[in-house]
Amino acid sequence: MTEAAARPPGGGASISISHVGMTYQRRGARVDALTDVSLDIAAGSFVSILGPSGCGKSTLMMLAAGLYRPSSGELRIDGKLLEDCFTDAGIVFQTDVLLPWLSILDNVVMPARIKRLDLEAATKQGRALLAQVGLGGFEANYPSELSGGMRQRAAICRALLCEPSVLFMDEPFGALDALTRERMQADINRLWAEHRKTVLLITHDIEEAVLLSDEVVVMSPRPGRILRRFRVDLPQPREPAIRRDPRFHGIVDDIRALFRDAGVL
Amino acid sequence: MAGADDGGREPRSRLKSLIIQLRHALPVAGAFIALLVIWQAVTRLAGIPDYVLPSPTQIAGAISDEWRQLLVNAAVTFAEATAGFVLSIVVGIPLGVAIVYSRWLDRVLYPLLVASQSIPKVALAPIFVVWFGFGLLPKVLIAFSIAFFAIVVNTVVGMKRAPVEMIHLMRSFGATRMQIFLRVRLPVAAPYIFAGIKISATFAVVGAIVGEFIAASSGLGYLQLIANNNFQIPLLFGILVLLSVMGGVLYGLVVLLEWMVLPTPLRTVRADEAGATL
Ligand SMILES: Nc1ncnc2c1ncn2[C@@H]1O[C@H](COP(=O)(O)OP(=O)(O)OP(=O)(O)O)[C@@H](O)[C@H]1O
Ligand SMILES: [Mg+2]
Repeated sequence: MTEAAARPPGGGASISISHVGMTYQRRGARVDALTDVSLDIAAGSFVSILGPSGCGKSTLMMLAAGLYRPSSGELRIDGKLLEDCFTDAGIVFQTDVLLPWLSILDNVVMPARIKRLDLEAATKQGRALLAQVGLGGFEANYPSELSGGMRQRAAICRALLCEPSVLFMDEPFGALDALTRERMQADINRLWAEHRKTVLLITHDIEEAVLLSDEVVVMSPRPGRILRRFRVDLPQPREPAIRRDPRFHGIVDDIRALFRDAGVL
Repeated sequence: MAGADDGGREPRSRLKSLIIQLRHALPVAGAFIALLVIWQAVTRLAGIPDYVLPSPTQIAGAISDEWRQLLVNAAVTFAEATAGFVLSIVVGIPLGVAIVYSRWLDRVLYPLLVASQSIPKVALAPIFVVWFGFGLLPKVLIAFSIAFFAIVVNTVVGMKRAPVEMIHLMRSFGATRMQIFLRVRLPVAAPYIFAGIKISATFAVVGAIVGEFIAASSGLGYLQLIANNNFQIPLLFGILVLLSVMGGVLYGLVVLLEWMVLPTPLRTVRADEAGATL
């Protein structure tokens, strides 16, 4: 705990979620997606949200990004009440959400275009990011000409383009094969270690959460509540060898046990 | 950098895909020619008189005999149809956009507009003549009234197709409503809008002819009435040929425009053309 607090602050923003509830209303039917969720995410930390399908993880991310309004409670970013969409964020949605009529490069530089930033610099940055994730040479292709995993990598590049102070990722590696997934996990971890922006990663992969995060937040089945928070006091950036560390397995086993008690496993 | 040489292939050029498209049209052309040959043979061998069904060569003869008169009148009809067609684009697309953006228009005007389609618009023609006289204007308005609905409906349907995730994405970049419109809603709607424009291109020609049937002193519709009275059946068919060519030319211009302005992924989308009636 002290180790994380002593870390030099990067360009990231802090997120504070207090007593947030979310009830969807659709054609008369009410769905309680989240009840009384409180969570503080320190600036520059890497936090994972782990929970069974349908427990409200995506909902929580949309709330934190200001894209949905909570039914109760409030959210703050860097202490400022979140009243509209938070625009200094990079978001990787559960699907790639690339615009099919634009080339991969045009998709990646879209944030800069909307924010009216220097396009030339953004294009250079976009090309560099694409090359880093193994998509060099596919800049001019349309999304439909790429595989699902390649598209998801392009979506990650787009989220990283403007070096946002918060990176939201909703199961970003779900569509990737095991090998690419491992490489992307390492890439994200390395990038994060360099820039120390705040990252909120949503996943249902226990090992992935423990491997990458400073803290793993475990949620209950719907209506989502926070069951427990696990600190992962292993050195960052994470080396592949960490998968063999007994402390790594200790935390993974604790989370498994928690899920078993909650009746999820 | 390592992936640079095993990179993606060059996206297919516009010209090349146009040529491929044309090659698909070849069998259709073949079937059409075969049909003409059979038509010619049947009318000749069975000795069908030309006032019942003229043969293709007789129709061609009528066209070449009367080409000057045909051309002058075709120009009139083409002008009416094109004016009505352009008017329905200029009115239809903004109206569709307004309906999508205004809750009030969507709830009040749009249902009325849809309900109004049960009026057979051909039956409006005499009323328009009463209101607007015998000149060009009533024909243009009839063409417009028949042609514009397909564009409105397709614009509305297309604009509503924008996936909510794309809107969320744009909002997270801080996009304004205008930016979301230009960068997401309009591209998503474009194939639908073009589908609507294609329908309206052929409908506009129908509208112009209907207007000329009611009251006119020139135009192909007028010429048809004259030919009909004089029992010039081959000429009647010749006019029919010219009318289809006219509809085809307008349609072809739209297709050409579509190929020029839409990027490949939007062109390959098969937009389901929302229905419209005459
Ligand atoms: N737009 C919506 N309208 C109505 N109900 C919704 C909506 N979005 C989500 N829900 C409901 O809220 C609950 C939580 O959904 P959410 O997408 O946040 O789950 P999740 O944890 O991300 O699941 P998964 O891991 O499968 O993606 C679900 O029961 C879902 O049915
Ligand atoms: Mg989800």
